[in-house]
This record gives sequence, C-alpha cells and structure tokens, in this order.
Amino acid sequence: MAETLVPQPASDGSAERLARIRAGLSARHSRERRFRFYGIAAIAAALGFVAILFTMILYKGLPAFTQATLEVEVFFDPEVISVDPMPVQQQGQSQAEFRRAMTDWQRQATMVNWNRIVEAAVRNAAPGTEADSRQLLSIVETNARFELRDRFVADPGILGSTARVKMLASANADNWLKGNINRDLPDAQQQLAAPARELADRLYENGHIRFAFASHIFTNVDSRSAPASAGLAGAFVGSLYMMLVVIVLAVPIGVMSAVYLEEFAPKNRLTDLIEVNINNLAAVPSIVFGLLGAAVFINYFRLPLSAPLVGGLVLTLMTLPTVIIATRSALRAVPPSLRQAALGLGASKTQTVFHHVLPVTYPGILTATIIGVAQALGETAPLLLIGMNAFVAQIPGTPLDQSSALPVQIYLWQGNENRNFFEARTSAAIIVLLGLMLTLNAIAIFLRSRLERRK
Amino acid sequence: MHMPSEKIVPSSDLYAISSSTVRTPDESPRPVRVTARDVSVFYGAKQALFDVSIDIPEKAVTAFIGPSGCGKSTFLRCLNRMNDTIEDCRVNGRIELDGQNIYDAALDVVELRARVGMVFQKPNPFPKSIYENVAYGPRIHGLAKNKAELDAIVEASLHKASLWSEVKDRLNEPGTGLSGGQQQRLCIARAIAVSPEVILMDEPCSALDPIATAKIEELIDELKQNFTIVIVTHSMQQAARVSQRTAFFHLGNLVEEGPTDMIFTSPGEKRTQDYITGRFG
Repeated sequence: MAETLVPQPASDGSAERLARIRAGLSARHSRERRFRFYGIAAIAAALGFVAILFTMILYKGLPAFTQATLEVEVFFDPEVISVDPMPVQQQGQSQAEFRRAMTDWQRQATMVNWNRIVEAAVRNAAPGTEADSRQLLSIVETNARFELRDRFVADPGILGSTARVKMLASANADNWLKGNINRDLPDAQQQLAAPARELADRLYENGHIRFAFASHIFTNVDSRSAPASAGLAGAFVGSLYMMLVVIVLAVPIGVMSAVYLEEFAPKNRLTDLIEVNINNLAAVPSIVFGLLGAAVFINYFRLPLSAPLVGGLVLTLMTLPTVIIATRSALRAVPPSLRQAALGLGASKTQTVFHHVLPVTYPGILTATIIGVAQALGETAPLLLIGMNAFVAQIPGTPLDQSSALPVQIYLWQGNENRNFFEARTSAAIIVLLGLMLTLNAIAIFLRSRLERRK
Repeated sequence: MHMPSEKIVPSSDLYAISSSTVRTPDESPRPVRVTARDVSVFYGAKQALFDVSIDIPEKAVTAFIGPSGCGKSTFLRCLNRMNDTIEDCRVNGRIELDGQNIYDAALDVVELRARVGMVFQKPNPFPKSIYENVAYGPRIHGLAKNKAELDAIVEASLHKASLWSEVKDRLNEPGTGLSGGQQQRLCIARAIAVSPEVILMDEPCSALDPIATAKIEELIDELKQNFTIVIVTHSMQQAARVSQRTAFFHLGNLVEEGPTDMIFTSPGEKRTQDYITGRFG
C-alpha cells in the first residue's frame, strides 16, 4: 500500500497509463467547452428576448408621453358668456341659500356654449380655414370647453379679456400629426375630414400645435368621451391601495404561519398535509382565486364590487403561499448552531426564534415579499372576476371606493376601439407598470443590502 | 497512589450521594455537583448510551474522552437537556444537579440552562455585536438592573474569558468578525456572563489552531476556580493537560472513570489502555 504513494520512475506501465489519460483529455476538454458554449448561448437568447421586449415597449410607448397640444389666444367673449355676475354672500343670507345661488350660477356658466369660444380661438389662430365648426372642433379634445369653463368659474374677472390657453388636440389629430395614419388613404377611410386635416397641419406648421410632455397621463383618470386626456391616475392609486392591503395582510400572516409551522408545530400527518396544501396553493391558477374572492368576499361578505380592498384580499390569498414557502426555506437555511447557542444560554424557544433565528432571515423574507407583491401587482385575471375591469372615472379616495388597477387598465386600453391611439397609450401604461415594479425591486435590493450589512 | 476503589460502583445506595465527595489528583476530596445514575439515551429505537453513572466534582475539570460515536457528546448534552431539542431522543435514568433531578417535570429547562451553560464545538457567536453577544444572556434572565450593571457584567465576563484586552475598543463590531479562537473565547464569555454553576464544553478546541487551543486550555484552567467544568475532547493530550478527572467512553458505555493521572498511567481496563496508547480510536 505505502509503496504506491512513492513517486515511481517512469516505467512501461506508467507511460501507458499516462497515454490513456491523455487520450481522453481532449474529449473531456471539448465537452467542457461545449457545455460552456450552450450556457452562454442560453443566456444570450434570454437576454435577446428581454431586449426585444423592452425595445418594443419603449418604441411603442415613449411617443405616448408626448401629445399634440394646442396653444391659442382665447377671448372670453362677453357676448357668448352671458351670465349674471358671480353671487356674493349678502348680509343676512344663510350659508345654504348662498350655496344654492352659487350652484345656480355655476349651472349658468356650464350652459354657456363654450365650443363657440374654442372655435373662435382656433379660427383666430388659423385665419381663412375651410373647416366648418364641426370639423374644426374635431381636432380639439372634447373636454377643452370644460377647462375653459373651470377657468372662468375660478376667476370670473377674466370675462372680456384674452388669455393664452393650452388645450389638448383630439386623439385623431394627434394620430394624424404623429403619422400613425396613412396620409394616402381616401377621404372615406380617414377619421378626420379633409379640411380638419388641413387645419391640423396648418396649426402644426405655424406653431400653435406642439408636442408637449403629456403629464396628464399621470394626473388624469380614464376617459372615454375625451380619449386624448385619458390617464391612469385612478388605476395607479387603485394598484397602490391593493399593494398596501397585500403587504399589510400577507407579510405578517405568511411569516407567522411559516414560523409556527417550521419552528413550533409538531411534525405529524396534519402538518404534512398542511405543508402539501400550501405548496399546492402556490400552483393554483390566479383566476381560481378570483372566483373564490367573488364567491366569498363579494357574495358572502357583501364587500363592494370593484374595490381595491377586495382586490387586495384576493391578491393576498395568492401571495400568501409564496411568502410562507420562501420564509420556511429561509428559516430552514439558518444553521442549527445559532439555535443551539441561544437555547444553550437558556433562551426560551420563542426568544430563540424571535431574537436570533428570524432576524437572520429578514433578507430572505424581504425578497420573497417583493417577489410576491410584484407578482400580485401584475396580476389581472382575478381582478376581472371581482369587477375591477369596470370603467371608473375617478381616483379612489379609500380602498373601498370603486377603482381599476394598472394591469387591468392596460387590458382595457388594449381593447379600446380607438386602436391606433390607445396602442401607444397601452405601451405607456406598461412602461409605468414596469417602472413601478423596478422601483419596488430596487427598494428591496437596497433594504436587503442594508440588512445584510448590519449583520 | 490512587486506590481502585475510586471507581464508582453503581448501586442503589448511591442514589442519594450528591453530598458525597470524589477525589481529584491535585487536591483533597471535592464535593460532587452533578450525579448521573444509569443514564441511557435512545435515538428512536437505537440506543446510544448504556447505563452511565458518574459523579462530577465541583470546581474541577472533568474530561470525557473516547473514539468518535462513543456517546461522550450525547451524555454531555444530557446534562443541560440539549437533547430535548432533538426529535425522538429519549433519556432514561437519573441526573441530579445539587441533588435535584434535572429531568423532573417541575424543573424549568430554561432555568436549568441558566445554571448549566454550554460551549459548542464550532464557535457560534450570534451575528450581533461583541457586546450584544455577551449581554444577551444576562438580559434575558434579567440579571442586570440597569445599563451600568450590564456593562459591568459584560466587562467582567470578557475579562474572565481573557478577551477584554483584545476587544475592548471594538465592542460594537460584529462578533463574527473575530478570529476563530477569539470567537470561541467570546462564546465562553457569553456562557459565563450568566454565572452558571456548571459549564459544558463540547470539543471546544477542535476547530481551532494550536495557539488558540493553548489559550483556551489556559482559560479553562483559570475558570475551574469558579466553575464546574465538563469538557468533551478527542485529544487525549488535552484531557491530560486540563482535567482533574477523566471518563473514558466506548460504544455507548462508560468504561472507566477516575482521577486523570490514574486513567493515563494505570488504567484499570484493557480497553482504556488500548485507546490511550493509540491502539484504536
């Protein structure tokens, strides 16, 4: 035995052995090279697909962040705006009476034909246009008149003067100017009449129409009557409320369940059954959770339809298994020596878990939470079943108000009949959603590196 | 020089002997602190320890030696009921600390572990600051009334573990950033901060280099003035250097136990002699 450990002088036997080793060597090396090549190819393919995805989204979505905006001199013509002076609270007039007078006055202001003011302003900016009033107004967003009214109600002194006002061009005009519409199509297939198209081009040439940053995407809610001014503020806030519900419910419930199952529960058939079921729940299609939510939260508990609270509850159900499974595996990864150290000092089981074991798993729990929340943020199917695909034209004030959600907004815009305008809008919403997710992930990475440094 | 009658004869009349004494080589007879009688340990159906009976003297070092898997660590872990944490581990027999059965249902295991501290094979400081490592035990047991007292306990413990001079300027740095030997001394400081009566050490030097080992051994020698120490070691030289009494375990049996010099110079059993002379193990 010991003799084989002593280096042998080269004999016939060892030379032959060496030759055999060398014969296989090149095959072994080439096998390794091949494997590495496959790995690199796989990564390149994956990165390629991601690059294609992001390029497509950015290419389609970025133009939606700028929008054709009309800037014209508006004359607040007293002949058109023939309303009484704004009421002032009289001596002895009750609060209720004053409010009624004010409402009456505002109604009067609303009844004004603001379209005439808009038309006059646009005509003034493009003298001699052949477009009739209908055609002219078709290039201006329909809510421009409400903006003028609001401006007047806020400051009645503006009557009789001229102000420079920005208003959105209509979706069709925006499309036309962005070149989304084939200019060679015959009149019958164009959405804008020929004089209106000519008017839009003219206003663009003389600088009255410019492409400006469309900040209203972030501040406005969805709109059908005025598609150009549609935004996703309502959906954004709805999604935030749902995230809040998910974080507040899924994290404590999930972490506590995992801690109990992993650290305290006796290992028997019942806990095995629970474990198997939790793993199965993680694989249940999300639409099933939607059905469950509709049946339990809406039909049984009578929670309101389309509410972010219900959406958040459904998404919590969906996220719980992810959080539980990830927390358990993080707990399992804690070295037993740490538990022994604490127990050996006389720490109780609970103290051991909460003072020593759980803190080392925070980074893992955090990662799991972020993955779960990001998944929930992008989930659409279960929300459709609890009515969150309804058209909601307001920003929800509380989690019980009706609302939409970002992915549902994407789904709704994607199906909008005004295709070539909303295609870009859809991509813009996707960019916002992805931006939100990247932000979440960045926060998670930041927090995790801080937690890990503290160790 | 030592009479063979030193060896413990397990018999029923010894069940209440916790006030009796055993001899250690350096000094006169010492009072017994821990008494074990007919201790058997089962892992599931497998028996790991067979009817072990031993007396552990106060303020002395008792070493458990024996080949791997002989049950010495298993027995050590019975003394502060760390085996409770292992599922389907069953302990039969009787272990008394100052005459009180530690497997009594009325005894709180948390209290027991505050009285019987433990140092593990691999240094396992908490992933917290050096200060927090030492302060944790006194804090959970409520041993310090205020921050000043806690500071004093931490400093005294680190002094006793001969670590104070090395870490006094970086008490807030993580304990895991120390060297292996320092980490183990930190673990000893952490154990003695609770002022236990008995300290169990499970191969405390097996993960350390010779210099760190020498420091720990020196430390054990100092600690025995205040604490009752039980040490498991696979190094016979270490047992000979630090202990006053030695117990030799083999295949789950306590083969022989007595004053260290006697075990190493004139063992009563052939198996002990074979092991000590390196014939197996």
